[in-house]
Amino acid sequence: MKALLLRDLRLAVRAGGGFGLGLAFFLIVVVLVPFGVGPDTALLGRIAPGILWVASLLAALLSLDRIFALDFEDGSLALLATSPLPMEGVALTKATAHWITTGLPLTIAAPVLGFLLNLAPQAYAYLLLSLLLGTPALSMIGTFGAGLTVGLRRGGLLLSLLVLPLYVPTLIFGAEAVRRGADGLDPTGALMLLGGITAGTFALLPFATAAVLRINLR
Amino acid sequence: MLSVSGLTCARGGVPVLSDVCFSVAPGEVLILRGPNGIGKTTLLRSLAGLQPLLEGAVDYPEDQGAYASHADGIKAALTVTENLKFWADVHGTAWVSPTLPEVLAAFDLTDLQDRLGGTLSAGQKRRLGLARLAVIGRKVLFLDEPTVSLDGFSVKRFADWLRDQHLANGGCAVIATHIDLGLEAPELDLTPFKSAPDSGGGSDQAFL
Repeated sequence: MKALLLRDLRLAVRAGGGFGLGLAFFLIVVVLVPFGVGPDTALLGRIAPGILWVASLLAALLSLDRIFALDFEDGSLALLATSPLPMEGVALTKATAHWITTGLPLTIAAPVLGFLLNLAPQAYAYLLLSLLLGTPALSMIGTFGAGLTVGLRRGGLLLSLLVLPLYVPTLIFGAEAVRRGADGLDPTGALMLLGGITAGTFALLPFATAAVLRINLR
Repeated sequence: MLSVSGLTCARGGVPVLSDVCFSVAPGEVLILRGPNGIGKTTLLRSLAGLQPLLEGAVDYPEDQGAYASHADGIKAALTVTENLKFWADVHGTAWVSPTLPEVLAAFDLTDLQDRLGGTLSAGQKRRLGLARLAVIGRKVLFLDEPTVSLDGFSVKRFADWLRDQHLANGGCAVIATHIDLGLEAPELDLTPFKSAPDSGGGSDQAFL
């Protein structure tokens, strides 16, 4: 699993489309919002948690179809399926690699962009924490969606339609935690639910992903 | 080492081969012959465990099967050495024997070892794909047209490796090919095993 993780990270760095793409998309979406809603700082501060979460959701979505598609096309996936690595391990590793190349950079960049949106100062810690807890779930659910659509031509759009509804709980509790933090309320409940969703997806979805991959490899 | 009995395999839910029986002993090669579409690839994928069997049994030591097809699984952004090392790491073989220079020499890749996978020609990629078989340490090889896009000299090199390194060390192989590899091996013509057009396997078989 370590070898696969290192290979995926190396490919993301060398082939491009990994670290930079999602992050640049995140930046552009967040910067576009003030142009759309106007320079009302009070309004921007109020919608900042939602904007930051929706933007990170879309940025994570951007690179999902590459998770398995490239390995499927060049035959690596079939070779991995006959290797001693269990498919569940492959799914888990792929999700982890996706999180490191997408979720982690988004989490680190989000506070800077929160400043652009006039986010309340007391909310920064919760923004960071909620993204740290929530983005792994985005990668894991996305990996499941990528497994479902691997091998389909133009599966990218179908992947978005399948995955975005599944992102709803993460979005609700993630944005809620930041909003409560900004309003000076206690966000513990939302953060715990967010962590619970992530833990649940990592417990169940590797098995589901492995099952759909085996079917798609036939 | 490998024994197959009463095997029925299907492509897209339709049975293509029925009641295939053969066995391969350590140090032996079996060459699969038959016209296009007879089911050579389907049979090899079924043997490798990539698709379920409709009927019958396949028996070989667990975790000893390796599959290779025309898709070599080479990453364009990794060098020849990195590609090989990745597969060795995934299979947990620690480069004890054969060593990396030996494998590179056996497949004539020594001069290419630092080139990126994406810059190799079709034949060079094929050689790298076959070199993978040497580093993963599997005994039972299922090879689907291993010599496509190889020149005559490389075909001979591959046959030499198979005979001197793989078979001599107790490995075996099932190879689907249309050319003469120069190996003294029994051939199995799949034509007699062709499934009758109306044989079972409903349309939902593909999903079960």
